Amino acid sequence: MTEITEVPSPFCGIGTDDLTIKVDGVLLKVIENGCAVNTPAFEQPITDMSARVDGKEVSLDVAIARAAAILKDTSLPVIGGCATDVNGMRGLLALADRCGAVVDHINFTGARNNFLALQDSGWMNTTLAEVKNRCDCLLIVGTDLEAFAPRFFEHYLWNKESMFLDDTSHREVIYLGTAPSGDASTSPKGKKARVFECATEDLPEVVAVLRALVKGQLICATAVCGIAVTDLQTIADKLIAAKYGVVIWAAGALAYAQAELTVQMLSEMVKDVNNQDTRCSGLPLGGKEGDQTANQVCGWTTGFPARTRFSSGFPEYDPFLNDTNVLLANGEADALVWVHAFNVNALPPVTTVPTIVVGRSGMTFATEPDVFIPVGTPGIDHVGHAYRMDNVVAIRLKKLRDSGLPSTAQVLNAIEQALQVR
Amino acid sequence: MLTRLKGGQLFDPAQGLNGTVQDLYYRDGVLIAMPDLGAVIDVDYDVSGKVVMAGAIDIHSHIAGGNVNTARLLLPEQHRNSMARKLGHAFSTARWSTTETGYRYAKMGYTTVVEPAVLPANALDAHLQMADIPIIDTAGLAILGNDDFLLRLLRAKASQNQINDYVAWTLQATCCLGLKVINAGGANAFKSNMRSFDLDDIVPDYGVSSRHILQTLQRAACDIQLPHPVHVHCNNLGIAGNVDTAIATMEAAQGLPMHLAHIQFYGYGAEGARGFSSAAAKLIDGFNKHLNITMDVGQILFGQTVTISGDVIAQYSRRNDATPNKWVMWDAEDEGSGGVVPYRYKEKSFINSLQWLIGLEVFLLAEDPWRLFFTTDHPNGGPFTRYPHLIRLLMDYDFRLECMAGLNQEAVAMSLLKDLKKEFTLYEMAIMTRTAAARMLGLHDRGHLMPGGIADIAVYSFKDNKEEMFSAADLVFKNGELVVKNGIVQTPRNGTTQTIQVPFDAKIKRDIQAYYDRFYNLSLDNFKVDAISFRQTDSERFVRHNAGEPYFAGQASPK
Repeated sequence: MTEITEVPSPFCGIGTDDLTIKVDGVLLKVIENGCAVNTPAFEQPITDMSARVDGKEVSLDVAIARAAAILKDTSLPVIGGCATDVNGMRGLLALADRCGAVVDHINFTGARNNFLALQDSGWMNTTLAEVKNRCDCLLIVGTDLEAFAPRFFEHYLWNKESMFLDDTSHREVIYLGTAPSGDASTSPKGKKARVFECATEDLPEVVAVLRALVKGQLICATAVCGIAVTDLQTIADKLIAAKYGVVIWAAGALAYAQAELTVQMLSEMVKDVNNQDTRCSGLPLGGKEGDQTANQVCGWTTGFPARTRFSSGFPEYDPFLNDTNVLLANGEADALVWVHAFNVNALPPVTTVPTIVVGRSGMTFATEPDVFIPVGTPGIDHVGHAYRMDNVVAIRLKKLRDSGLPSTAQVLNAIEQALQVR
Repeated sequence: MLTRLKGGQLFDPAQGLNGTVQDLYYRDGVLIAMPDLGAVIDVDYDVSGKVVMAGAIDIHSHIAGGNVNTARLLLPEQHRNSMARKLGHAFSTARWSTTETGYRYAKMGYTTVVEPAVLPANALDAHLQMADIPIIDTAGLAILGNDDFLLRLLRAKASQNQINDYVAWTLQATCCLGLKVINAGGANAFKSNMRSFDLDDIVPDYGVSSRHILQTLQRAACDIQLPHPVHVHCNNLGIAGNVDTAIATMEAAQGLPMHLAHIQFYGYGAEGARGFSSAAAKLIDGFNKHLNITMDVGQILFGQTVTISGDVIAQYSRRNDATPNKWVMWDAEDEGSGGVVPYRYKEKSFINSLQWLIGLEVFLLAEDPWRLFFTTDHPNGGPFTRYPHLIRLLMDYDFRLECMAGLNQEAVAMSLLKDLKKEFTLYEMAIMTRTAAARMLGLHDRGHLMPGGIADIAVYSFKDNKEEMFSAADLVFKNGELVVKNGIVQTPRNGTTQTIQVPFDAKIKRDIQAYYDRFYNLSLDNFKVDAISFRQTDSERFVRHNAGEPYFAGQASPK
């Protein structure tokens, strides 16, 4: 039995790397600095050690051969999930190139809200250490931040020391839209966050008015979707009065049509604040299910984010047409490879096309896939790299135990090699 | 295995070979002297009548890291693809991809490229990307000068030794080859709401000037014996009248070696009806007086590109010029910042025409290829794929005149370019892009064709049109392996990354650890570049070079 300290997490997205984990054979127990996101993700037990074809246990080689045989005669296979580490994504993209597949990350429909805004008008963003050391006013839009990352406030707001703030407990925290589910946003000295609630689908209207107020436009209405315009004026005033304001959102939480326009409105509002002789930055939340990793690696490998197809012999990006669910629903896809090394609950979509699952050991299926290859989890079963939500930092993931499970990269490379031989 | 390249005309300034017909030999990837008679030649290439040079070296090209990837994702419409790759050459036609970067550099005969802006917090990202650039070798320059740790040391009046240790530690931790300074203090000041930052401006909260930061880092680079002089992106990039900043920076160097990057962007006067003029002559006058200074040009070339830079003050100031109208600024980890602004250089534009003219004036006036280097600051002045066009501009006076006819004539009238009849020779091109480049980087194993060097070789067919000649090499060898034939990549291979080995007092690591615990959310042990490639071990990937005397071209030039 050993205890491993300074364990980095690939699960919470915010680059937590101070967990202490007790390892007993292949059993893990988080004994320090766990949270509701990280602890169950680390402690998830291994159930399957061997691969299965048609529900029957087979050797890894047999499963790989079967996967290659399925992919060999496909016209448009889809590789969904795409939740793994840097090497896993390298292997995944090589396989996609080899068999002319579509690559689509599980979170892309949410992340698309950010990509569409980025690719239309850009943004001014910041990174986590800047929040920790400079942010004096944090506006959280449309998301329950502590549910997303339970230790965000402890790590980045209520730190004892910061480079530029005398007392971090004086920071302003404002929620707009969704209210917090707990008290993590209350400062150690008891200063509570201000909360201005509205329905998530009302955010486009509320954020538009807030931006107008930031720009000094006259608003005749007295309330917007239940929020008093004077309250929105207060938020605008605080952003402009702040030395280094930060506006945070979670693209996936903006679950309504054309939510990219809300991201764009927020990003343009941040630019507007910077035009008023002070600093302000945006900070999109992410980093879960390997989403930043997938988009980063796909970015440098193909030039595009992780919703890209290879069916023409070169990468083609389309944030709508290359959606796994759309391709399956339309009958365009003729095979599905589902890759998810982090989350046993992230199951492949239900489909009638041949399905290969390269998934975290512990996944259970209502319908058994044609091929299931259990793989280790980066940061538990093997070393690896995962990108944090702000992309600037790639986290070095540790190996905590000897489970004997192969890595995603090993499995996908083996399938790719098998296709090469044919 | 013994290989011979037979009968080629060698252009190797390291040996003074200027088109000399001579056979070239290498064994197992390393150049050797002529073997004994009777030695069995395993592979023989007839290159008679062809130009043989060492593989080219790009000292400043943004090929990896956070800004580069942001540019890719920001501008999907700029690099749509249309050509299928050959089987076995995955991603090789994917424009702007790491694979394409390696392929297209190799095709032109380049074998080593330096990424000049590696933010320490982003070093792992940069190396993960570089590991996926095939064929060519790479290296990174680590950025310091806007980081809180250094400015804190300066505010506390720390000893030079402590700063030297910090610089040396940073180079080791980031696996970089040299030290880069970008608008020293400017990115930090931007976060405190300053929107311009000159050489003698003071960083808020720290009370230190840009000049002081720069001089301290320059001193550190000399003290710890970095062969590559501190690589400087000056203040006031792109601003009319900024030639004075460039000259002031040369003077601030106090006779010690210093490299000034993409100097075209600092060759600007404020004369004329539009308050923007060429100051190339003044710049070169300063350059001639300061033999300790090296420069690269950062030529602009007309067409669409994207500017990416750690100089957030400069990037933010020209956000409204973004073409198309979208841009990204980001603040990074209390170490620096970045900005990505797409831009189109237009022939009809007075400013762009003058920028083009100024860059070429700098090239042609300098007359010292041992101290002046060939760059477009890829992609800022133009993409590296257009180097052959720039080579032709330098080697062909008539072609320059032809191009000038299409420019904004008000700008042409203000430029002395039409009177500069100099045409670069193949020998001078080999100095700029091979021999001097390697020496300035401290990479003694390349940039020449002498025994002991690695067999990085480019073979070209003579052509009058130098753009055609340098667009596609006939043969390119990387570490002796034939990687390009008739301009076509044969097989992808793994490159390596060049790093520098400099000692430091281990105490600095304890100081940094304590600092990290106070202000960061990352344990220092987790701030490490390792296991970066799927196909190579780190010991295969990283090649260490020794510290030594900094490049001083005043002596290096044999003329």
